[in-house]
Amino acid sequence: MAGDETTLTVEGLKTHFFTKAGVVKAVDGVSFEVGKGEIMGLVGESGSGKSVTGFSIIGLVDPPGRVVEGRIIHDGRDLVGLDDEQMRSLRGNRIAMIFQDPMMTLNPVLRIETQMVEAVLAHNTVPAAQAREAARDALGQVGIPSPDERLRAYPHQFSGGMRQRVAIAIALLNRPSLIIADEPTTALDVTIQGQILYEAQKLCRETGASMIWITHDLAVVAGIADRISVMYAGRIVEQGTTADIIDQPAHPYTRGLIGSVPSRNTRGDRLFQIPGMTPSLLNLAPGCAFRERCSVADDTCLAEPEPSHPLPGRVLRCHHPVLEVAQ
Amino acid sequence: MTVFIIRRLLQSVVVVAVMSLLVFVGVNIVGDPVDMLINPEADQAEIERVIRDLGLDRPLHEQYGYFVVNALQGDLGDSFIFGQPALQLIIERMPATFELAIAALLLAVVLGIPLGVLAGLRPDAGWSRTIMAGSILGFSLPSFWVGIMMIMLFAVMLGWLPSTGRGDTVPVLGVEVSFLTRDGLSHLLLPAINLSLFKLSLVIRLARAGTREAIHQDYIKFARAKGLSETRVVLVHLLKNIMIPVVTVLGLEFGGLVAFSVVTESVFAWPGMGKLIIDSLHELDRPVVVAYLMIVVLMFVIINLVVDIVYSILDPRVRLQDTRA
Repeated sequence: MAGDETTLTVEGLKTHFFTKAGVVKAVDGVSFEVGKGEIMGLVGESGSGKSVTGFSIIGLVDPPGRVVEGRIIHDGRDLVGLDDEQMRSLRGNRIAMIFQDPMMTLNPVLRIETQMVEAVLAHNTVPAAQAREAARDALGQVGIPSPDERLRAYPHQFSGGMRQRVAIAIALLNRPSLIIADEPTTALDVTIQGQILYEAQKLCRETGASMIWITHDLAVVAGIADRISVMYAGRIVEQGTTADIIDQPAHPYTRGLIGSVPSRNTRGDRLFQIPGMTPSLLNLAPGCAFRERCSVADDTCLAEPEPSHPLPGRVLRCHHPVLEVAQ
Repeated sequence: MTVFIIRRLLQSVVVVAVMSLLVFVGVNIVGDPVDMLINPEADQAEIERVIRDLGLDRPLHEQYGYFVVNALQGDLGDSFIFGQPALQLIIERMPATFELAIAALLLAVVLGIPLGVLAGLRPDAGWSRTIMAGSILGFSLPSFWVGIMMIMLFAVMLGWLPSTGRGDTVPVLGVEVSFLTRDGLSHLLLPAINLSLFKLSLVIRLARAGTREAIHQDYIKFARAKGLSETRVVLVHLLKNIMIPVVTVLGLEFGGLVAFSVVTESVFAWPGMGKLIIDSLHELDRPVVVAYLMIVVLMFVIINLVVDIVYSILDPRVRLQDTRA
């Protein structure tokens, strides 16, 4: 692990949605650790359960979904089974979250000031003036010019990138030990993406906060994360340091993901794509969920692959990992 | 903002002018008031004298021109029946109708918004289905029938509340109101509930639909992720967003409440404008009908303006567009 202390340990987390059509196992046995000050990238396609993992940690899974099994240990305390008030006092305080679409996350009819001050006052008994100062400082910290004036503005008076900065400032207000960033750059221009990535990384270093960076974009996560967990159909199929995962992907799915990123070498060639679609999580057949789309799958894949540790610091769930580079 | 209001006022003047023409011509097509007014035994000379006195011998455009010139001086003509200025007749009855309409609107808002939000937050709960079923009844039962049933139940069978009239009134700023006396309030209750039922159902459905939509928005989830209490999430983040459609519709509906309190006023013998207009229509009392319609048009125009202004206070995005305009 990167740090000596771990901020978050997730063990065997299962979050299922009990719909009329059946049980959707959105997260089905996910385990990982995030060290202090570490940035972990959680990568996967749409519907792989990465966002639900994030919402499970912060305790905001919408019904009919709920955490059915597992432990979420944050700063030494198991969050599974905490009551509503205990979870509320953690949210936005010790654990903060940033959402995907900055156009949607700020309430359009409330001033930035209202939305920031209430976040401070929800967790601290301080005078409103002091809360306002904290809000102004946080805006300055994320690089918003003339924060005093901007506090009086409404969200629609900000650009997308600026709004995401405001959302990050709100997340940082109470100095959380863990920030869950759910695709915070997906809805932004590439240039703004870079700025937000840089800003998030810098702020994590400055405040010592750990971060889970949820994304479907390997290129983004490669630039910011210390470690990467690749999710597929509700499970983590491969986990390791960013360098290991990018340079020596062992799971066929990870290899497929990396292979489908366009680069200078693939120019003019047909771009690789993983055949098929992500499987429906409703009534998923037992065995490796990726086998239908996998080029190396055989009958052994009908059995569930157990997590293995073929290399130091690596976790893999595959019967046929590609390990030739490492040998 | 100022530019916006001035522009809207100019538009309003055009609307009022066009409406006055339509109303004036329309009322002239409906029927000849002379047949209603004149004693059947009057001779031809008598009939012609009355027609001349009322100015009905003039061509229509001349009558209209005469009406406009007088209207600009605040004179909408004298009632054929009462011989009093039509405007005065209507204004005398206005407080009663306004009191009834405002009471109905308050009931609709005070009961409708909480019920709608609750039904939106827990759509599957049994009581929430009961609220929605009730709102369907409020929409679909005819208002006069509900009014009669309410009189049957509360006035005739139970004897709790009086069924007709305004009861005791007290003057407030020169206007007689019922709601400040116990007797007046008891007279107001049944007609106000009767008139509000439809709007109450409307507010419940609007609030519920707004809640169902807003509750899944990211900004609500983000508000929860900030660790805000559920009370604050609902009362501040959710409510302010759903108020926008509610205020728009209610503002427009207020004009409707006043204009269409006719039925409730007739059922409960409430001495308001609605009863006056019904009587005047029966008797083809043209000046009263024209004056009433002009006042209603003016009221709608003013209400629309007020709604736009309130809207811009609720939704800051509207404010910005105004300054650009």
